[in-house]
Amino acid sequence: MLKYRHVRNLGFGGLEHPVMNLLGNPEVCTNGAILDLWHPVVPTSEIEVGIVRQVVLLGQAVSYSLTAPGTYFAWRTDPAIPAGTVFMPSVVTENLPVLHRYGYLWTSLGDPSESLFEIPEYDEPDRRNIHAATIGVYCSAPRAVENFLDLGHFPYVHTGVLGIEPHTEVVEYDVHVDPENNELWATNCRFFQPMAAATSTTGKTVGYEFRVPHPYCCLLYKTSPLDSSRVDAIGLFVRSVAPDYIEANMFLSLLDESSSDSFIRQFQQLIFAQDKPILENQNPKLLPLDPRAETPVRSDKLAIAYRRWLSDLGVTYGVLPKT
Amino acid sequence: MACFQRLEPMSKSLTNLWHPIASAEDLPYRHIFQGQLLGRELAVWRADDDFVNIWENRCLHRGVRLSIGRNEGLELKCQYHGWRYANRSAGCTYIPAHPADAPARTICNRTFPVCERYGLIWSGEDPTGDPPEISLLEKGRTLPLRSIAVNASLNLVLEHLANYRFSLNGDPGNLAVTTADYLDQCSLSVTATCDSKQSTVLFFVQPVDSNRSVIRGVLCSSPTDSERLLTLRHHSTELSHLREKVELDALKAPLIQPMTPTIEQVPITSYEIMMPSSGRKASLRVQVLRKWVTAEGIVGLELESIGKPLPTPQPGAHIDVHLPNGLVRQYSLTNAPGQGSLYRLGVKLESDSRGGSSCLHETVKEGDVLAISEPRNNFSLRRDAVKTLLVAGGIGVTPLLSMAHTLRNNKLDYELHYFAQTDGHLAFPEVLQEFGDAVVLHLGLSPEATSKELTALLLGYKSAMHVYVCGPGPMLEAARRIASEEGWPDTAVHFEYFRNTIEIDSSSSFEVSLARSALTLEIPSGKTILEILRANGITLMSSCEQGACGTCEVPVVEGDPEHQDVYLNDSEKAAGQRIMTCVSRAKSPRLVLDI
Repeated sequence: MLKYRHVRNLGFGGLEHPVMNLLGNPEVCTNGAILDLWHPVVPTSEIEVGIVRQVVLLGQAVSYSLTAPGTYFAWRTDPAIPAGTVFMPSVVTENLPVLHRYGYLWTSLGDPSESLFEIPEYDEPDRRNIHAATIGVYCSAPRAVENFLDLGHFPYVHTGVLGIEPHTEVVEYDVHVDPENNELWATNCRFFQPMAAATSTTGKTVGYEFRVPHPYCCLLYKTSPLDSSRVDAIGLFVRSVAPDYIEANMFLSLLDESSSDSFIRQFQQLIFAQDKPILENQNPKLLPLDPRAETPVRSDKLAIAYRRWLSDLGVTYGVLPKT
Repeated sequence: MACFQRLEPMSKSLTNLWHPIASAEDLPYRHIFQGQLLGRELAVWRADDDFVNIWENRCLHRGVRLSIGRNEGLELKCQYHGWRYANRSAGCTYIPAHPADAPARTICNRTFPVCERYGLIWSGEDPTGDPPEISLLEKGRTLPLRSIAVNASLNLVLEHLANYRFSLNGDPGNLAVTTADYLDQCSLSVTATCDSKQSTVLFFVQPVDSNRSVIRGVLCSSPTDSERLLTLRHHSTELSHLREKVELDALKAPLIQPMTPTIEQVPITSYEIMMPSSGRKASLRVQVLRKWVTAEGIVGLELESIGKPLPTPQPGAHIDVHLPNGLVRQYSLTNAPGQGSLYRLGVKLESDSRGGSSCLHETVKEGDVLAISEPRNNFSLRRDAVKTLLVAGGIGVTPLLSMAHTLRNNKLDYELHYFAQTDGHLAFPEVLQEFGDAVVLHLGLSPEATSKELTALLLGYKSAMHVYVCGPGPMLEAARRIASEEGWPDTAVHFEYFRNTIEIDSSSSFEVSLARSALTLEIPSGKTILEILRANGITLMSSCEQGACGTCEVPVVEGDPEHQDVYLNDSEKAAGQRIMTCVSRAKSPRLVLDI
């Protein structure tokens, strides 16, 4: 008992989240702008046929399963259908909408649009689409997305891999909102990288584009080390468990014929493992949308635009809204 | 029973008290200690000059804990984007994403007061009065006990400490009779008496948060070596027992909400949005702490703040000194960020002095008060070069000294080439010695020989090399010409003139439109753009007012400028996108400025 209180009192992540929320007082999302979106549940490659499994999404327990013919199901967790038991579709009284896209099962707790954002690269025949990892992080979804959109930290957080001192300058780039899909884009980004991808052997300046089609999902496109006229796509699809705890899925769509899946996964996991302690040491954990809460500089143009875009969308879960 | 003076009235708010927040032992060099007081996290670090910095544990940029960053001796470097903050002032000195730009002076971490006393580091949210002085600790020898973190509120810990029992000889089976006396609402003394012998421990309880405290005990005597370990172990054991009891009690008590200290808003939204705020303002008052002859015809001056601490100087920065005779002169700071809380200048007596250098040489004495401007940096140092050459001519060494300090502290590759008449003319020789082999002296050279040396040292330009030149006009011209011949791009050649020797032609008259203010003004012959702007209520910063320092620069949207300054390089002048409002004019009938 003493031990448990000890951890709780320290106020660190520890046992407090998300377990505490499940047992006691879940911080359930009531933000319509977020509830109405599709959210990643789990990578479909990890779903077992005929068994009930459970996750937490936006403070609510969600169960899911897959039938032998290949149909996915998701529903709000029902104590009558416990996780780990054999799944029978007929016992679910109310199904949640599901999508199987980009290697993930997606669901929504609100009223979602018909389809998910497009990733045209996913369907190109010579690409390898890989789920690299699902990683739990004690941070808010927008903090994780903002970190994914940031070039300036490469020399300090991904030292010797994605950046190295003294090549620290972030040169001017362009930011726009694509009016058709209301997606945020940063283009013409360039950065010097000692080892930009698992296949890299020497350092070079790499071109980047960043894309935010969803408050909790983002993609980056970077010059392929094998073919400079094409890009590799890397996605971060976040399931927000609580406002300050996430499970982040890393998605890859690469032009790489030689590396093994496990080699590619290990490289991405190394990168993410370097980001994790930074994300878990940000205060406040929720992303402040008030521009005067933190100190942006020119290189943060995309982050500034992201915060404003979240504000305009009416996002209040995982952020500190402007007062 | 000894009577202790009460340190503070019992009613004083916890935020107005001094509290211990760390042991002195928690702060070895090059380490950052994470502390917490009244719910607020603190990054506590000892600089190489022994100053203890207590800052909000949060980088102003993205809120990352500074305690996971690096203590580089005189600067703290954030782990996320490498932002650097100076020892003492906590001002931001470098933003690596924009190595060519000087960070705005307003980017400054929140600092808290500090006092190192009785083996403890003291601070507070907003303490009033002086840190506690305890006569018992002042005179005798003392032994700080191991600090004990407890998951319980301040008051609960104090209640238990009032009943703390210990033995005089370290024997746990022989606990003495004790009496306790509160010193204030966070501390008490406990005295044990046995066989007419006494031992007193002072306990300072640090309120970490609503439900967490740290017991920091100091024994008011210093046992001999053989007893020391026994005594420490005894208190450690007894206090650990006490902790267990307090925590069991705390479990029964209702859990109090954690404290929520407010995080201050940043003063500006973005550092490049900063608009110039004034003309030549001397907002700082300093006292001449030390004045000495550092070389033939050169005096060194150390200026110390009167009142609020001096703003962070960045390498290459200069200040305006408002002299007692009414003149305003610019001098570069020779010390690097984080090096002390004073500004160090080197001033050469000019043979043709118009009253500036002669006033500082002859009139100004130690103890005199001077008005100075805040430091400005128009000669800012990149820290992303693979190699940096610093080329000094005579007194031009001053801004390069602060750069050399910074490059050395950052372990970056650099050379300082110092051209001077004789070694008697070398300013700050004791500082030069610190740089060791990085300093190359070139003494007594003719202009031709100087050019030859410059050619030799500017040979072999490679991408991401940078050169900074400061010295007399002819040497600067030669260095710039040679650098250009040797393939150095304009963007890699940085220079600062002492003064503009170009004869300014102010005979033209033209029109200036201000794009952002929707205002059009006539500039008649004999008046500068700066003067007319000021006369029309537009505030613009300026410093040298002769086209040398770059302070009054403004962007040009349209028109053909006649530059007349020595601040911009040739390609910048050709681009025509910026002018110095103190000397630049227009070749075209109209200039449109982006202000």
